[in-house]
Amino acid sequence: MEKNKYKQIVDKVSPKEDKLYNAIIAFLIGGLMGIIGQFLIEFYSYKFGIPTKEATVCMIVTLIFFSCLFTSLGFFDKLVSFAKCGLIIPITGFAHATQSAALEYKKEGLVTGIGANMLKLSGAVVIFGVVSAYVFSLIRMLLGVI
Amino acid sequence: MIYLNAFLFAGFVCMIGQLILDNTKLTPGHITCLFVVIGAFLDVFNIYDKIVLWAGGGALVPITSFGHLITHGSLAAADQYGIMGLLIGPFDLTSAGISAAIIISFIFALIFKPRD
Repeated sequence: MEKNKYKQIVDKVSPKEDKLYNAIIAFLIGGLMGIIGQFLIEFYSYKFGIPTKEATVCMIVTLIFFSCLFTSLGFFDKLVSFAKCGLIIPITGFAHATQSAALEYKKEGLVTGIGANMLKLSGAVVIFGVVSAYVFSLIRMLLGVI
Repeated sequence: MIYLNAFLFAGFVCMIGQLILDNTKLTPGHITCLFVVIGAFLDVFNIYDKIVLWAGGGALVPITSFGHLITHGSLAAADQYGIMGLLIGPFDLTSAGISAAIIISFIFALIFKPRD
């Protein structure tokens, strides 16, 4: 009985998140990131005359650079808490996780702080990517052979 | 036209991520890992290559393209080196993103002070 009452009070007091609003914001910001990506690819391939594949690499590096810079300057966190998945799902989220971990553990030293903890959050992405890609490619190879 | 496709695809992926985040107890870390695995899976039957042709940069910006590129590199190296290619190839195409993230974050971590 006490527990139920407590839960009711918590539910009343804690702010309600508007799921539809969040989804629309994530859609708009994420779509904007897609447009920026496409624009940068075309910009690099026209401006420097490089193939699309290399322009893609330049685009990814540019996005990573700016999200690292904005995280270091301190206002990317506010953007992320506004746009949520609109900025977490694009490659900017990966860079943001790396940069904020590096800044957070800076006080523990270069090796045991930055070196050991930089990939604390984003390492999961690399590990799951490699493991799942290995399994899926192995399956495809075996299917191709048989 | 490709800009519209890029907007729609990237927005769609982010919206699905947001819906998962709001309606389950998964953290953003779980969701990015989930999307990487989905991207790796979609590349197995070359579905993601078709999406990249359709949506251009919109398909390359979300984290799903990370999984796609890892599988792509593995399969390309597997064509060349056989089964060992699966170990040689994974970072062929993604190394730029990972290296850039590590190097840039390291330099900025040295320059900037952490903020609360």
